[in-house]
Amino acid sequence: MLGPVLETLIGGLLTGVLYSLVALGFVLIFKASGVFNFAQGAMVLFAALTLARLGETMPIVAAIALTAAVMIALAYAIERLVLRHLVNQEGMILFMATLGIAYFLDGFGQTLWGSDIYKIDLGMPRDPIFLLESVFPGGLLIDPTELIAAVVCAVLVAGLAVFFQVTRIGRALRAVADDHQAAQSVGIPLDYIWLIVWAVAGIVALVAGMMWGVKLGVQFSLGQVALKALPVLILGGLTSIPGAIVGGLIVGAGEKLAEVLLGPLLVRWFDLAGGGIENWFAYVLALLVLLVRPQGLFGEKIIERV
Amino acid sequence: MRAPGDSGVGLDAALLSVDNVSLSFGGVAALTDVSFDIRKGEVRAIIGPNGAGKTSLLNVVNGFYRPQKGRITFKGEARPRMRPYEAARSGIARTFQNVALFRGMTALDNIMAGRSLKMRRGLFWQVLRIGPALTEEVAHRRKVEDIIDFLEIAHIRRIPVGRLPYGLQKRVELGRALAMEPDLLLLDEPMAGMNLEEKEDMSRYILDVKNEFGTTIALIEHDMGVVMDLSDRVVVLDYGRKIADGTPDEVRSDQKVIDAYLGVRH
Repeated sequence: MLGPVLETLIGGLLTGVLYSLVALGFVLIFKASGVFNFAQGAMVLFAALTLARLGETMPIVAAIALTAAVMIALAYAIERLVLRHLVNQEGMILFMATLGIAYFLDGFGQTLWGSDIYKIDLGMPRDPIFLLESVFPGGLLIDPTELIAAVVCAVLVAGLAVFFQVTRIGRALRAVADDHQAAQSVGIPLDYIWLIVWAVAGIVALVAGMMWGVKLGVQFSLGQVALKALPVLILGGLTSIPGAIVGGLIVGAGEKLAEVLLGPLLVRWFDLAGGGIENWFAYVLALLVLLVRPQGLFGEKIIERV
Repeated sequence: MRAPGDSGVGLDAALLSVDNVSLSFGGVAALTDVSFDIRKGEVRAIIGPNGAGKTSLLNVVNGFYRPQKGRITFKGEARPRMRPYEAARSGIARTFQNVALFRGMTALDNIMAGRSLKMRRGLFWQVLRIGPALTEEVAHRRKVEDIIDFLEIAHIRRIPVGRLPYGLQKRVELGRALAMEPDLLLLDEPMAGMNLEEKEDMSRYILDVKNEFGTTIALIEHDMGVVMDLSDRVVVLDYGRKIADGTPDEVRSDQKVIDAYLGVRH
């Protein structure tokens, strides 16, 4: 019994890393501008689509570099054409703007690249790895794609942590996140910081899109992965990078374990069909967290003067 | 009248001049044809009843608002408007009516943020924290520690400012502005909500900033005693128009000012 559970747990954690990646993009932009960027999912899809189609015509490394350039250009366009004109507007207005960007990107991706299912081939090993064969009969099966994704994610997060904690840009970013006007008054150029944050979020979207694309193939339902990032964000807190990571791991592991452990119990006790737990478990978990700790596990405590 | 050895603006010359500035929000006039200047080295008070347009005027000077008409000349350079980034870069720092600090950061980090524009080393060195970037960071830290000593806030430097009492937050905010080593310091009600002792402390800091650093100061303040004590010249606004301009004594005895504050018998 322990073997399969452990295997499910590891598989869940590795999937969770991918949720974390998507959630991370949200957190970055929310921290810097207080905007809930609804377009993050669309950016993941757009990046994956661009990478897949470019990969058909050139070596994959070149395609990744070119897609990164496209995402940075996209960040520039979003800052220049949309955000710059909405400085000091209310959060809801900025949110609506990102909603518009999301649908534009969804459609524009099709216009540019077509709407079939494409695949990304990074030339990674696909044969499953078996661990600890001496302890468990048959060993623990691990998907190498997911393992590589986890490593890539860890490297990315470590890099971001250094970037935001140590550099002057990081301090500027935290300043902008706290108070736009005050940041401007000490000479921090808001548009420049936003450009950097959106570019970084674009790169994070590219990595997420790449990994999801390898796993599932690139198709328009990929944008829906972003919806899984919502419970992750509620769990981890909208403003916490470690929260996004831990939240993703909890959701990833939780939903897989629930499917495997809770499903059979529901079948036995209540004679239910028992499937689909993976689809709702994360949201129920998020609702419970909302009731107990609305700021999330790692979010800043919400203190409002009344 | 230019002081010898001064490349920019001499004593008694205007460091900043605002000419015929008008600002309105969707038809509501906030400022109408306002002109005034600030001379190098003086404390210039801006007073007026609530809603007179004092904060709007500061927001025009440091670029948050774009005036529909008029011109702003700072250090001899005329612009139809400032941008916040330009204003900061050219030497204008400010504090806010309702303290605007980076609440999640410590007092020290807040004041360090005021050094943003002074730091020049590239990203590569910053990440590694070696070589020139380290030397630079240390030099800035020293400067910031000087400011912390000056404002007597050494004991709170590691505390996130959101947890500090209001009076100390205002002091940290002043420290952040001073860290920019500004030529012109805009103070929007630096003593609002303070008790008498805190007001006296703040007045002392403002005078020290003026005398020791030679910083020019524009000050919005409601406490008339403070205004009369600190300022060299006073400009009075009412309903977005300038109604008086002169020394504290001149302004105090001006009939239009008295009317604006006390109302006119109809």
